[in-house]
Order: sequence, then C-alpha cells, then structure tokens
Amino acid sequence: MKIIYSDALIVGGGLAGLRSAIATKEKGLDTIVISMVPVKRSHSVAAQGGMQAALANSVMGEGDNEDVHFADTVKGSDWGCDQEVARMFVATAPKAIRELANWGVPWSRISAGERTVIMNGQKEIIQESQDAHGLINARDFGGTKKWRTCYTSDATGHTMLYAVANEALRRNVIIHDRKEAISIIHDEKKAIGVIARDLVNGELIAYVAKGTMIATGGYGRIYKQSTNAIICKGIGTAIALETGIATLGNMEAVQFHPTPIVPSAILLTEGCRGDGGVLRDKDGYRFMPDYEPEKKELASRDVVSRRMIQHIRAGKGVPSPYGEHLWLDISILGRKHIEKNLRDVQDIAKTFNGIDPADEGSKGWMPVLPMQHYSMGGVRTKPTGESTTLDGLFAAGEAACWDLHGFNRLGGNSVSEAVVSGMIVGEHFATYCKERNLNANTSVISKFMQKQSDYLNEILAYNGKENIFDIKDEMRSIMQEEVGIFRNEEGLQRAVKRLEELLIMTKQINVKSKIRGNNPELNEAYRVPKMLKIALCVAKGALERRESRGAHYREDYIKRDDLNWLKRTITRWEAPEATTPTISYEELDIAKMELPPAFRGYGRKDSIIEHPQSMERTQEIEAFKATHPDMDRFELQEQLMPFELPLDYKKKNQRIGAEYA
Amino acid sequence: MHRVYEDGGREIVLTIFRHNPNDEDSIPHFQDYPIIERPGMTLYIALTQIYTSMDHDVSFDFVCRAGICGSCAMVVNGKPRLACRTLTSEFSEGKITLLPLPTFQHIKDLSVDTGTFMNAMTKRVEGWIVNNSPQDISTIEKPIDPELSDEIFELDRCIECGICLASCATKVMRPNFVGAVGLNRVARFSLDPHDSRSDEEFYELIGDDEGIFGCMSFMGCQDHCPKHLPLQKQIAYMRNKMVKVC
Repeated sequence: MKIIYSDALIVGGGLAGLRSAIATKEKGLDTIVISMVPVKRSHSVAAQGGMQAALANSVMGEGDNEDVHFADTVKGSDWGCDQEVARMFVATAPKAIRELANWGVPWSRISAGERTVIMNGQKEIIQESQDAHGLINARDFGGTKKWRTCYTSDATGHTMLYAVANEALRRNVIIHDRKEAISIIHDEKKAIGVIARDLVNGELIAYVAKGTMIATGGYGRIYKQSTNAIICKGIGTAIALETGIATLGNMEAVQFHPTPIVPSAILLTEGCRGDGGVLRDKDGYRFMPDYEPEKKELASRDVVSRRMIQHIRAGKGVPSPYGEHLWLDISILGRKHIEKNLRDVQDIAKTFNGIDPADEGSKGWMPVLPMQHYSMGGVRTKPTGESTTLDGLFAAGEAACWDLHGFNRLGGNSVSEAVVSGMIVGEHFATYCKERNLNANTSVISKFMQKQSDYLNEILAYNGKENIFDIKDEMRSIMQEEVGIFRNEEGLQRAVKRLEELLIMTKQINVKSKIRGNNPELNEAYRVPKMLKIALCVAKGALERRESRGAHYREDYIKRDDLNWLKRTITRWEAPEATTPTISYEELDIAKMELPPAFRGYGRKDSIIEHPQSMERTQEIEAFKATHPDMDRFELQEQLMPFELPLDYKKKNQRIGAEYA
Repeated sequence: MHRVYEDGGREIVLTIFRHNPNDEDSIPHFQDYPIIERPGMTLYIALTQIYTSMDHDVSFDFVCRAGICGSCAMVVNGKPRLACRTLTSEFSEGKITLLPLPTFQHIKDLSVDTGTFMNAMTKRVEGWIVNNSPQDISTIEKPIDPELSDEIFELDRCIECGICLASCATKVMRPNFVGAVGLNRVARFSLDPHDSRSDEEFYELIGDDEGIFGCMSFMGCQDHCPKHLPLQKQIAYMRNKMVKVC
C-alpha cells in the first residue's frame, strides 16, 4: 500500500488551494497539493474580467471602502450570505490585491489626466488625479456602486494564478499533478487524508495528513451548457458529501452568466458590459434599460440573465441553428480599447465565431445566451473554513460554502474570494495542522484503500446494458431544462425522480476496457455517480426551497420569502446506498445582521415577503448610530457585528486621500 | 475523396496516434476515425465526439477548451498547435493527423506530461519575484509606470502550453534547454520593478548553453506560439543583456 504523509494536504491547485499552501508553508509545514491537472491549468486561469477590492484609486472608485464593498456583496447575495464572512472578505481583499502586486501580477495601472470612457452608451471624459498615477486601476462591474474590479486586460485569472503558483513553487510546496482524490479517509470524528487515483497509471495512493483541505472548485459540468472548464465536475465536493458526516450548503444556488458566446459556451467577461458594452435584441434594440432603468446591463448577473430569457420569451430573441440568442455589442467601445482591454474576448469571437467584435455596427455583435457559470454552494464550513461537522476537513474557494455569496455572487468576487479565502482559511488550516500530531490509524487507512480498490473492481465487473456516457448526457440535459434559470415544482419533481433513476443505472453499465490502469471510460464510470449525487443535492434543494432568492428563481413562488426562507440549505448523504440526500436548514439570524434584509436596488421591487424583524433591526441600528455620533465607521461596525481575522488582516487599509479613515 | 452529405457536413478523417507506454502489450500505431464535420467544429468537439461515441479508450487533454489554459497542445498535420482553437474546416482535404507533443514525457495517445517540465523550469530559472524588503500589504501599493505594467503583462501572457519547445531545434539536442518559455519568463521578471535581481544574478540562472546561449535563432518558437508572444525579441534582448554581464 502506497502511503504518502505530509503535515498539510490540499486537494486542488487553483488560486484557493495554492494560496492556502503558501499559508501552511509559512508556518513551516510540509505541504502537498494534489491536482487532476498541472496546477496552472486549473479553472482559476479562465477568470477574465477581474478581482474586486476596494482600493479607491481611480476617480470612479472615489469614496469606495470596505463598507461599500460589503453592502454590494450582501445585496448581491440577496441576503443569503453570512455577513460576518462578507466582512472578513472585504477587509482582506485590498491586502490580497497588494500582496499579488508584490508577487508580480501586472495589474493595469492608472495614468493621470483625462481618459475617455463609455457610460450608458455615451462617451464621457473622466479625470484621474496625479496622486493616483501608477496605482492599480479598476473597471466597472455589475451590482457594484463603485468601479472596484481590478484587472489585467481580460486575462486576470491567468496572471493571478501564475503569480500564486510561482510563489508556491518558490516556497517548495510539493505538487503532485494528475492525481484525483476519490475518497476522504476519516473515522467518526476526523478526516486524515484522501485516497487518490494516479490518472497516468491508475495506481491508488493514500495521502495522509494532519489536516485535509478541499479546494476543487465548482460543479458546473453537471449542466449541459456551462462556461466551466471540463474538469469542474464537483468531485471534491462529492467526496466530502460521501463521508456521510460533512455537509454541503446551498447547493441549489447556481449562477447563470448573462454572456457566454453561442454555441461554444465560452465566457465573454462581464468586463464587456462593465466597460460600456450593451445587450441588443433581434431588432438591434437595447432592451435592458426598459427592465432595469437604474443599473441597466449592470444589474447583478441573476437579474440580467432572467431579463434576457424574459425578453427572448417575449419573442425578441435572434433565431439561429443553435436556438435563440441575443447580441452583445462592444463595438461602441472602439477598436483601440478592445484590442488592449478585451483582447481575449476579441480572440475568442474571431476564432470560434469568425466575428471581430471591434467591427463597427451589427457586423461586430456577438451571439450570447445565459449559461451555467458559478456554484455558490459547496462544502459547508464555519467562518474558519473548517467543516461544521467533520474535524480536520477544510474547504476554500468555489468548493466551499463558508458562505460569502449566498444566492448570487457578484462578478469580480470569485477570484477575489479564492485568494482571500486562501489567506484566511489557509491560515486557520495551517494553525490546525501545526497544533496537532498526526494520529493516523493504519487499519483505517487500509480499510479505505481496500474499499476504493474493491469499488473500482466492482465497476469493471458490471455487466449491464447501460452506457455511462448516455447517463451523463441525460443528467446534464435534465439539469439544463428542469433545474436552470427558471424552475418550478413539476419540473423539479421530474428532475429529482429521474436523477435518482440515473444514479441507480450507473451500476448497470458495462465498461469495455477492463484494465485498472489508464482507462478513460473507468474515470467516467466512477465520476458520473458522484456528479449525480451533486446534481441531486442541487435539484432537491431547489425543489424544497419554495421561494425565489438570487439565482434560485421559482416561477411558482416568485417572491423572496424572508419570513419563511431566510435560511441556508444543508444537504447530507446519510448512507452509501441512499439515492437522495437528506435536507435540513440553518436559520439566518436577522438580529445579528449589520445589514438587515431590504430591496436590492435592482430586480423586481414588489417581490419580497418581509420579515418583521428586518424593520426592527434596521430601527435598532439607526437608533444606535444616532446615540453614538462620535463613533467612526470602524467602531460602529465593531459594535453592530464583530468579526475576527487572523494575522494582520484586520488592519485598516490605506487609501489615497482618505488615508486610514 | 471525401463525401458531402445532404445537411452540408462532409466526412473528415482524424488519424490518431495510439499508444500507452505504461502498458507492455500496447503497440504504437495510427487509428482512423471518420466523422461528419459540423459547422464551427474544433478539434475539441471532434475528439470529444470520437471519445464519447466511437472509442472510449482514446486519451487527450482538454481543460478550458477556450485557448486559455494551454492543456491541449498537440501536433496537427505536422505543426504544434492548441487543438481547442483549431477548426477542422481549415483542412481542405478533410484529413487530419494528430500526434502527441514531442519533447515531453508521453502519457498515452495524445496526452503528455507538461507539468513536470514546467515546474522544474520555473525552479531552474527562479521564475518568481525576488525581493527581500519587508512589505506591508495594508499600505498603498508601489506605483508602477502604466506602460511598463502593460509591457510586463504582454510577456506574462505565456500559457506554458509547450509549443515553443515542440518547435525548438535546440531542445532536441539539449534536453535540459529551458526554451523560449523559460527565457521569456526571465525577461518578464527582469522588467519588473518589484524584482530586485541584477543582470548578474539573472546571468547566474541562464548564462549557459542550456539557457540563453543555447538558442540557435531558428524562430520556430515564435512562428508557432499561440499567444503570439514576441519571443525572438525577448531572447535577443536577454542575450544582449547577458553578453554584457559576462
């Protein structure tokens, strides 16, 4: 039996995993990162538009600070997020971006003087101050009050991931790529590592450590149309679920991005609209101002996606061999801007669609349609990143639900969360590993090893008539059609029933090649049942949640119901032979919120079932502020909703003009 | 001759190199896969179709399928390219031969191990920022000239796909040559004001035949780079700098 020991084991080599690895190395811990692919291929690399952090360098970010970023994030989440986590996040994000600058991310910088920008379809001139010259620039993104999204052209994830990966290599983080974690080794209380499969030769390896972190990203590939990389299958989330002890949070919260290109489903960044691009219908008409007069194309993603589908349903979609779509027009930004700040977008449109978006008029319009993009749900953790129910298991980044995004993530908050959670959760994880001795019982390890080996042999021995590829296709179609942007009782019931049947059918297949080594069909045969379990958590969570909140929209319950549904969905897979998850809920406590539930400022105003406590808490906060006129914003915040951060992360952030205020 | 079907799709043939070096019984060979071409079909779409509906054993590497992650470099009709960005319609004869990327450890069929080389290369050229002065990340960041930052970004766009090495004559003769990918990396850090290293220190890293003096200027790297990086210019720039040091 091959066993590899370390102090800290991290599954997943994207931004969250690698930044956490830096945190554990910083404490002198032996750290291993295992990854299905060379780490620089991780899906973090595909983030295009940018990273939110309230630096307030640009004149368009003037007045921005942690408080504004916090409010935007909470409203974006449709009050589904953990506000304490949101506070931890916004206080750390400016530090994260400055740390990344020190590690070499070539952030786009501000030039002092006049600059022409496009706002609301019009050219405007803005004036950047001399003090800001050479500081990190920011662009506008959806659902934000200020221009806060820092960027490197439209390859932000790439430059960030390379900087963090290079830094991890500098610190001698050990990276084992082409290894897939297929089971978490644990006893009744504690996780002590994973069983991984070597994807080159099929060998099973037990990675044993004092602490184990899941940082494997999202589960978008359970949908037919997704912008996610093909490795985003949610396997890390699934193995946490399969422990029967760890739980998942808000799995039904799935984001659909407004502007992937048709038909290849490759993302075109929100930066297109942030920089002034507009959406048009089959008549070339810019329709978003009719639906969202205030934020227009830059309402939050859930709102824009729904408005687009609503507009298509009203007969305004553009017909095509791939179904109806709408147009994204960035030609109005001018060729110079596109070739500097949206060059990957231009490259994608040219390569995959033969369209140059810098061409003037309708010639440059790109066909777009909302598609799956981000998983708000994930392994449920405490604000420290540790599983609420299984000791020694941590999760960070998109794989986790600690819960920063609630029911809708703001654009620019994903890579930001990945790095920030790597800093915060990575630090808590490092402390956990540092303070413990390795207490691994070899009989437990060999039991898990044997179980996985037997399971793979069992799959190879299946002698049924079903085909794993057909099962996967059907799952993805069901999720697309019944658990998509618009959901209803009947469709969700159908989905749950059929997904259960498909899960049973995964044992009635016949894998053609019987080798345990490099066998791509065997990979599918053990991955698809895991994906189906994740899909069932999403579908059943969506069925049970009889309200609409953020990206979860029920046509039969169109209101956000704070009275009954201000709670987090928790799913658990109780027994290995179960075919559906067990659902329970965690209440969100309005009395502890710094920002009580209200209207988001976009979307439908008349669609909230209010909780009486929201008003009470609002009045309580107003009264407190009125009686403490001498308190600055930090003291007030501390009184309303205290939060903690490790290291120096709670230190005040300096800004030009405002200094530390 | 290829047939043309009523719906406009022609039949194309993908000829794929098949071999599993980990399997003693595996004999290297080519296998033909005839498929119907669809509008806008890329090699990602074609290979996925072959894998899911014709042969569940064929191996290849795709991750982002959008030309961003660098996973899918392979040799397409004799030239190293990113398969996800290659349209089948580019090949008027409808015959496409696919081989794994040379110079990297072969895994199976069209899959090769780029991770081991790239991580080792990063360590070899110390491809990271070196700066020992203390940093307080709660204070305003160091201002950087906007044009310089853009210039660094330009070189930072390398996706480590390995195509420069697969196009490189030196690499064939000197297996430890760091390649354009490594030299471009050094050029990138030598420009960065965050990095405190001197030219002498960079010389220590790349001032030999496996580094800057190994390049024979055949320019295969620049011809095939899918990100169109100015590799030759960067290599010349670094060589010029390094010659001054030695």
